[in-house]
Amino acid sequence: MKYELQLKNIKEGFRKDVERLSKQKISNCYQCGKCSAGCPVAYAMDYPPSMAMRMIQLGMHDQLMSANTSWFCVSCETCTTRCPREIDIAKVMDTLKIMAQAGKYKMSDNEIPIFDWIFLKSIELTGKIYELGMIGAYNVLSLNPFKDVFPMGVKMILKGKISFIPHMIYNPFELIKNIRMFRKIKKKDRERIYEKNA
Amino acid sequence: MLKVAYFPGCSLSSTAKEYDVATRLVCEDLEIELVDIPEWVCCGATTAHITSELTAAVLPAKSLIWAEKHNLPITSPCSACFSRLKMGQLNLKNNPALKKEVEEVTGETFEAKAEVLHLTRVLLEKYGLENIQAKVKKQLKGLKIASYYGCLMTRPPEVSENDRVENPMLMDKMVSALGAEPVKWAYKTECCGAAFSLTKTEIVRKLSADILKDAKACGADVIMVACPLCHSNLDARQPEISKLLKTNLDLPVLYFTQVLGLALGYEYMDLMLNKHFIDPKPLLKAKGIL
Repeated sequence: MKYELQLKNIKEGFRKDVERLSKQKISNCYQCGKCSAGCPVAYAMDYPPSMAMRMIQLGMHDQLMSANTSWFCVSCETCTTRCPREIDIAKVMDTLKIMAQAGKYKMSDNEIPIFDWIFLKSIELTGKIYELGMIGAYNVLSLNPFKDVFPMGVKMILKGKISFIPHMIYNPFELIKNIRMFRKIKKKDRERIYEKNA
Repeated sequence: MLKVAYFPGCSLSSTAKEYDVATRLVCEDLEIELVDIPEWVCCGATTAHITSELTAAVLPAKSLIWAEKHNLPITSPCSACFSRLKMGQLNLKNNPALKKEVEEVTGETFEAKAEVLHLTRVLLEKYGLENIQAKVKKQLKGLKIASYYGCLMTRPPEVSENDRVENPMLMDKMVSALGAEPVKWAYKTECCGAAFSLTKTEIVRKLSADILKDAKACGADVIMVACPLCHSNLDARQPEISKLLKTNLDLPVLYFTQVLGLALGYEYMDLMLNKHFIDPKPLLKAKGIL
């Protein structure tokens, strides 16, 4: 990756946005590489976590947000635990995904946003996770309808591990309250993400 | 009598039913009262915190508020739920602006002071290993158990409240106390890829294969877990992984309350050991435990 380091190339706004939303001081990173060394999925990432930190410092949002890095973060918290500069790196990865999902940047992954949407929709509508519905919806929307159906899915159903009936909030008043709550959250989220830097 | 609010989590009423059954059985035996939280809401698991900070704060807050109102510590047997509850509690405590927003959304005021504990800590620390040892009916002699902690009950240290993040020993101590043999191995806190179970399955297969291979190489008979997500990756995906590695791993994966239940004298069906993909029956019979 070619990048000419000049003061005029550094886009401060991106770093400031990430720092505001994650409440982490990313400029503290001194590139020791401990996060990348411990990361179990660094092997599959376009840029390992330490490189992502540097890219945020330099405001390289085009390159970072079109890479798979944040989407491949599995939230195991190893980087956060080991960072000698006490940056919550996993939270920074979360923040990048939040920014992308709020429509601030183009999404560079198909699978996880679809899964998240279905998962949270299930919580919104039932209060809990309805596994069978969720897996079915995910398989259909990700255009891979028979994924994990045989033999794992069938065996799970035979063993009574996945039920056909959703377990959910059964009290209708609580359910309506739950849906209303989600609506309020969505409104507040929009305000927060698009808030201008002070 | 120890009394705790019980947040079972979504997995425990479906894919990890046996964990719920074994947990309730063991707690009843030990006279620990698990108080069910009425109409609890999913903690948001692996998705809420990567989609919206506020959703990730509100979902666990509902249960936390209930526990606080009833003046009870709150526990979850699932590492992911525990992590979300505890992380939520810490965020609410340290971030007044977020707390205010959560109060506006839920319409309730609270202090964020309920104690959040993983089930392992309730049983092995609060109740106490010595007290458990006094109730053991069957020593698990000759069984080599690799305790697998995974990510979310160990990291970060503010959440686990454990300074031995790289080498936790709580479950290993339980293994010794029950007369079994704890296995020393390298992958006890490595990640199984839980969040990607359905989305990026090839990563899950690789990470879980590494864990299973190391446990096998270190001589484990069984792997003991305290999280339904770790369990489904290590157990339900094990046949696929065995095929991938071209070996037959045949490594049963048990929940820690099931192992505890065996030592307390419960039988195969009581603990729903038949629900596992890798049936532990032949092994336990050979060791004279069943």
